[in-house]
Amino acid sequence: MKSLLFVVAAFLLSACSGTALRGTGDLGIVIERASGSVAVVDSTSRSILGRIEGLGDLSHASAVYSRDGRYAYVFGRDGGLTKVDLLERRIARRIIQAGNSIGGAISQDGRLVAAQNYQPGGVKVFDADTLELLADIPAEFSETKQRSKVVGLADVPGNKFVFALFDAGEIWVADLSKSREPKVTKFRNIGKQPYDGLVTPDGRHYMAGLFGEDGIALVDLWKPEQGARKILAGYGKGTEKLPVFKMPHLRGWAVAGGRAYLPAIGKHEVLVVDTTTWQEVGRIPVKGQPVFVMARPDGRQIWVNFAFPDYSNVQVIDTLEQKVVQTLSPGKAVLHMEFTPRGEHVWISSRDDNRVSVYDTASFTKLAELPAQNPSGIFFTSRAARIGF
Amino acid sequence: MTLASDRVLAALFLFLLLPVASLAADPAPERARELVRMVRQDCGSCHGLTLNGGLGPPLLPDTLRDKPAESLRYTVLLGRPGTPMPPWNAFMTEAEADWIVRQLMAGFPEETR
Repeated sequence: MKSLLFVVAAFLLSACSGTALRGTGDLGIVIERASGSVAVVDSTSRSILGRIEGLGDLSHASAVYSRDGRYAYVFGRDGGLTKVDLLERRIARRIIQAGNSIGGAISQDGRLVAAQNYQPGGVKVFDADTLELLADIPAEFSETKQRSKVVGLADVPGNKFVFALFDAGEIWVADLSKSREPKVTKFRNIGKQPYDGLVTPDGRHYMAGLFGEDGIALVDLWKPEQGARKILAGYGKGTEKLPVFKMPHLRGWAVAGGRAYLPAIGKHEVLVVDTTTWQEVGRIPVKGQPVFVMARPDGRQIWVNFAFPDYSNVQVIDTLEQKVVQTLSPGKAVLHMEFTPRGEHVWISSRDDNRVSVYDTASFTKLAELPAQNPSGIFFTSRAARIGF
Repeated sequence: MTLASDRVLAALFLFLLLPVASLAADPAPERARELVRMVRQDCGSCHGLTLNGGLGPPLLPDTLRDKPAESLRYTVLLGRPGTPMPPWNAFMTEAEADWIVRQLMAGFPEETR
């Protein structure tokens, strides 16, 4: 009788909360940029579990995860920072922290969430729990204290954040081991117009892609006293630069097997760099101007999507053969790709066809298509456990 | 032929067409929808979906008010050297660029779908 009562009570409880107990390791969100909503997705059942609305202007939105994988912090273009509860599928907290924002990062210990802003230019650091403002780092750079747009924000070990100043041509490392007293180290004259940055998976090297000149600025964070240096300088020398219809994105997933794969700005090429010598070791011709160049988690493949007008294709590079082995057409205006944690599947968003397609990365078979409204970024909770995500 | 001389030629060509382009009719409804989508989504990747700015400056009536329409049209068609703004003349006519500038200055329409 007692056990029957228990079963009934348990049933009633689960009926009240509406959901059974579950982990979040196979969950994620898909940004629906035009409608200001995110779809909560399950990469095991390949389905949409629900939608969360009211996140504001999500053009160029990105997300990072709490270390327990339950909460996503979504950074919106309009300066909104929204903490989303994936399990209860609701907004846990939301603030407007700036006028114009471009993304963010979460600290190594998971306690600090940092947002990088265009307007006013700088980085703001918040308590991950309450979203209370802890530190404000204005990106002032000239004698007139002009503020730069901030790009390429990434977390690195030691509760530090690294970012680049587009207008100033600088890379800054902010140490937040004391969360209310950031200590900033500045690397000046790193190159013209850094447009984005990435940290290698070990957290050691930070690379900022340059728009204003051919080359990549590189900082060895284990040896900051060496300063920043330029690699791949003049990679486009002697060739005509094509107009760039969308800025490429750099993220930590571009490093595989001792090589970094980087978009060549204004070219239909992926640059290959040896991460020991930092010399160019190859170039791989692709179908358009690369936007995302992402390694499958095991590093055997590199997936590439493209800027307008070639943005309805995705190409796959085999890292042993160092060439394109597959071209897919998932839909119109492919904006983002995300691998399942161990890389057996990839999810691809097609903005203009209002769908997310799921492919098997070994056979390239399409496994599912999910409806989404103008989908852009796809972010799985496995990011919670990775440096630079 | 280099891109630079292409651009000069394009500029000359556009200059000759200027009076015609100013009088050009609005694009057909289907094309207008495409252009609105292109501005909101593709220009929006730098200027923001709401055109409130991003890496590129805001494109709102208030911010454009003091700028001459012709120079805005050339910016759209030929880009701005030294900045990330690319030329869009491969994807639209000068009359369409003109129409886009007029819409931007008046307050750009939302996408209808």
